[in-house]
Amino acid sequence: MRILLLLPVWTWLLLCVAAPAAILLAIALAVPAEAVPPFVLGWNLEPLALALGDPLYREALWGSVRVALLAAGLCLLVGYPMALGIARAPARWRPVLRALVVVPFLSGVLLRLVAWIGILRDEGYLNAALLALGVVEAPVAMLHSEAAMLVGLVYVYLPFMVLPIEARLSAADPALEQAAADLGASPWRAWWRVTLPLSLPGVVAGVVLVAVPVSGEVVVPALLGSAETLMLGRVIWDTFFQERDWPQAAALAVVLLALVLVPMGLMRR
Amino acid sequence: MKWGALAFGYAFLYAPIALLVLGSFNESRLTTVWSGFSLRWYRALLEDAALREAAWLSLWIAAVSATGAMLLGGAAGIALVRFGRFRGRGVFTGLLAAPLVLPDLLIGLSLLLLFVLLERTLGWPAGRGAGTIVLAHVTLGIAFVAFTVRARLVGQGGVLEEAAADLGAAPLVVLWRITLPLLAPALAAGWGLAFVLSLDDVVVASFVAGPGATTLPMHMFSTLRLGPTPVLNALATVLLAVTLVVGWAAWRWLPVAGGGRRH
Repeated sequence: MRILLLLPVWTWLLLCVAAPAAILLAIALAVPAEAVPPFVLGWNLEPLALALGDPLYREALWGSVRVALLAAGLCLLVGYPMALGIARAPARWRPVLRALVVVPFLSGVLLRLVAWIGILRDEGYLNAALLALGVVEAPVAMLHSEAAMLVGLVYVYLPFMVLPIEARLSAADPALEQAAADLGASPWRAWWRVTLPLSLPGVVAGVVLVAVPVSGEVVVPALLGSAETLMLGRVIWDTFFQERDWPQAAALAVVLLALVLVPMGLMRR
Repeated sequence: MKWGALAFGYAFLYAPIALLVLGSFNESRLTTVWSGFSLRWYRALLEDAALREAAWLSLWIAAVSATGAMLLGGAAGIALVRFGRFRGRGVFTGLLAAPLVLPDLLIGLSLLLLFVLLERTLGWPAGRGAGTIVLAHVTLGIAFVAFTVRARLVGQGGVLEEAAADLGAAPLVVLWRITLPLLAPALAAGWGLAFVLSLDDVVVASFVAGPGATTLPMHMFSTLRLGPTPVLNALATVLLAVTLVVGWAAWRWLPVAGGGRRH
């Protein structure tokens, strides 16, 4: 029976997860060619060297790291107080509050970006409000900027930050913080010395769960971001679809994979 | 201050969606000028043949791939909880979780390269389209089902299965008569999650679709890049309704979210 259950899954995982990763590496080492598909397998270190050395690619790599960390930091800023609020709410409300965090996640990324485009564009709600209040004279261009992209990223990835932190906070014994308070610690000090350390594994998980997918994000930067923010996702996408340089795209993807495996390994420990 | 953080957080999460839904019923083409309640954008939606075709394709792909993910993910979930420390468990869990965490871009690109190489060497899959999207979406969905199933099984300890085995039931009978009925809610929840995930995916589908097949999210993405239209608001509202129904059903049965029945 074990074989019956395990064999199909093993086969699928090896074929559709492990094998593609190996093939990605193989094609990163291939030679570009005028053919269909546009490469010849071989031993060519140039795409990988270029992926790490070319100024444009380095800027994209740095851009991905910077945006991933910024998005994770902002999610933490909004998400930690929310997680704390949910964990401190009466137990019977918690499932509902938790579900309210998950529902937008289920509602689809594109849909939520349509909503933000409606708010941020020149004729959008935010400009209309600012004009009506007399804050500005003419519509401000907000869409297609790094700020708009960050708002979109926080909006899309917030649940990934809130849920793991909330799980840690809810599991922590409230008596510990109570004891700190009884021994004379101020609420801030009790939080800093007791609650925060208890929730730290949740914070680490949240940061990884946000930063890893954001570092390869394509859709949010394309719809809300500025053309000036260079990120690996867009560079890989363009290299693959526009330039049709498959080995170079694969080499950049290998760099991205190496980049995200570090924090993922960190989380497993 | 605790309530302030919650109020801000939930307002941030829900206000944009509320404005979106409101805008889809606005008669005016200008989102910020309310000229009356209207269903004209929904009518325009129904009349758009390319969009209808993309929607059907997406629903079909989502249903098939969610079913595949449910079968494989269900088996994986049972294995994780009931088979103890089987050989290669660490690798198994890692491969299972990878598509869940890794950027979609990596999954899409590497799967496309696999399909291209397979086509060159084995002649299968011949060309890319709905079939390859299904294969990719099954891969994305397996982990969602597996971890949902694991969450439900962990709380059960296997007592019922042991009792059935003691009473002389063969392993397959135990699986069919005890484990699967126990798992039905988790499997349904996992199916719903995989369905929603497939219906939302742009990046992976764009890589593995080839020129023949355009799914709804791919269609939306290319339209959105040209600029927003009120029709897209209407489409987004319809999608929201669909995902809310499926999502609500999934949450209702989801053992980890604390909703629904536990036993």
